[in-house]
Amino acid sequence: MSAVTTDAPTAKTGPVVTARGLTRHYEVGGGLFAKPRVVRALSDLDFELTPGRTLAVVGESGCGKSTLARVVTLIEEPTRGDLEISGTNATPDAWKGLRSKVQIVFQDPYGSLNPRQRIGQILMEPLLINRPDMPASEREAKAREMLRLVGLRPEHFDRYPHMFSGGQRQRVAIGRALMLEPEVLVLDEPVSALDVSIQSSVLNLLIDLQERMQLAYLFISHDLSVVRHVADEVTVMYLGRAVETGPKEMIFDNPQHPYTKALLSATPRADPEAAKERIKLEGELPSPLAVPPGCAFAPRCWKAQEKCRAARPLLDGNVQKSACFFPEGEGKPSAEAPES
Amino acid sequence: MSLLRLRNLSVEFATTGGRFRAVDQVDLDVDKGDVLAIVGESGSGKSVSMLALMGLLPWTAKVTADEMVFDGHDLSKMSARARRKIVGKDLAMIFQEPMSSLNPCFTVGFQIREALKIHLGMDRKAAQARALELFELVGIPDPEQRLKAFPHQMSGGMNQRVMIAMAISCNPKLLIADEPTTALDVTIQAQILDLLVRLRDETGMGLVLITHDMGVVAETAQRVSVHYAGQKVEEQPVRPLFRSPHHPYTSALLAALPERATDRRLPTIPGVVPGQFDRPQGCLFSPRCPYADDHCRKVPPAPRGPDLGLARCHYPLNTDERLAS
Repeated sequence: MSAVTTDAPTAKTGPVVTARGLTRHYEVGGGLFAKPRVVRALSDLDFELTPGRTLAVVGESGCGKSTLARVVTLIEEPTRGDLEISGTNATPDAWKGLRSKVQIVFQDPYGSLNPRQRIGQILMEPLLINRPDMPASEREAKAREMLRLVGLRPEHFDRYPHMFSGGQRQRVAIGRALMLEPEVLVLDEPVSALDVSIQSSVLNLLIDLQERMQLAYLFISHDLSVVRHVADEVTVMYLGRAVETGPKEMIFDNPQHPYTKALLSATPRADPEAAKERIKLEGELPSPLAVPPGCAFAPRCWKAQEKCRAARPLLDGNVQKSACFFPEGEGKPSAEAPES
Repeated sequence: MSLLRLRNLSVEFATTGGRFRAVDQVDLDVDKGDVLAIVGESGSGKSVSMLALMGLLPWTAKVTADEMVFDGHDLSKMSARARRKIVGKDLAMIFQEPMSSLNPCFTVGFQIREALKIHLGMDRKAAQARALELFELVGIPDPEQRLKAFPHQMSGGMNQRVMIAMAISCNPKLLIADEPTTALDVTIQAQILDLLVRLRDETGMGLVLITHDMGVVAETAQRVSVHYAGQKVEEQPVRPLFRSPHHPYTSALLAALPERATDRRLPTIPGVVPGQFDRPQGCLFSPRCPYADDHCRKVPPAPRGPDLGLARCHYPLNTDERLAS
């Protein structure tokens, strides 16, 4: 049988994905005479993904979460920085061999499944493309096995996506991502299109699969209550940069960056009797085309001073790192970034 | 006398597979200054019941009600022409996606002045002045310039503010907000919810908030009405609802929230919401309910008394607390 069905493979040590200074810029506009402008979608991101653990990336729209997902899943090449996946440097010529190690589950299970393919075909397609030598009978056996693994019934094999509810479709999408036995799963808002009662069962499935197959998750979400439940480490992003990163407990109990604090306080809590201490942020996210100089959060920050508008704080700290000159709590003020 | 009184509201859609009951015998009351939240999963009929009230459903829908009274007018007996005088003026609605509910071909200023001209008969100058005033009220910076902008030139949060400005332009007595913040980021969501509650405080209008987000409910609503498969299954003030839900569905819904989890595995609700062809005979929640017995599967329960949160259940939960208090 495949490695999918065996219990936790021998515990691996060390990260399976290491990113150093990962950067992705896009050039937009630009005509015959106009110079193209640069969107700094992702700048200088460092992170590691470890087998059996979950790194959650949180932030609002335009913070670079989805660009990160595209870079890690080798859909796009980083402009700068190093990405290492299970010991291999992920340059475009190595992509082909690495793709089966990193798979992705998208947000909307209504859009990500081909309505003209049966569930069985959807599950077998990754094998058809990436393991062309595999005999058809083995391919089908693997797909049927996967169906069981993600909590669907054998008779679902010959059905079409429209016959399923959102939660079941997301199970199919997760199954498809696991067909190639990846080491890393990128989950791009995997439960935000689902109802609460369905959401909890999909989250349980993800937790089960992770324990069984020792997967490393990159969990992208804007829902902090979900992140708090599934994550081991959390990175908070704002306009393409990490503003704070660290173990989940530290980030949630003791946020150092003002933006993290504001984000936490703005998230509604399902407890009408909880004391409310809401930090109201003024204004909106600036356009990533015109990121303010200095700290990107300064225009909306209640603590911002002259220094914040002039220089950019570096991500600093030991275990819990934050990028702020005037951090909350016991945070250590950041150093200035060199002029670039 | 309450501002809005719905009794036995049902909506049926004629589909190729026969009739589908989207809203089933719903009773609702909203008073002036009330904030009522309607919660439920997709397919629970929460939006359809409010669209029926607004008269915005397509012709395939059949709306029946014993009473559908808004501010002394019986909407079910009114002509469409007379109803249009009320809808959009005294009874206003905000929709989920601000981007798709604004007309992309006209400036937001034109769209907001249009409502003022039609309902209040304002001339150009007065309408412009009022539009400026409204934009300031909902916190749109640089209102004069923004009035000239098209919807695609503004962010989702700004467009939602425009929608709110438009909805409150004629000082409505009741504002229905259908998932007003679902498409928005959390920091913007907080701003919009604060704005809605502030407007309620200032104008004394009633506010109906349709949502699926229990966090939003807990932080903004006074009363909560829980809907399941077209029926209202429970209604309680917000604190008792979260503390001691009476209907098993409400209880399961609250337990499934990640932030209430005590274990790494979350409690789940097995099965799915019944559709057109698998509607159970008895209690609609019985196939998924851990407490259901044969009685539940055969006999549909009637709503209990107000002390039990009007729960549609044969065996309501948390009844001891009622005895203790």
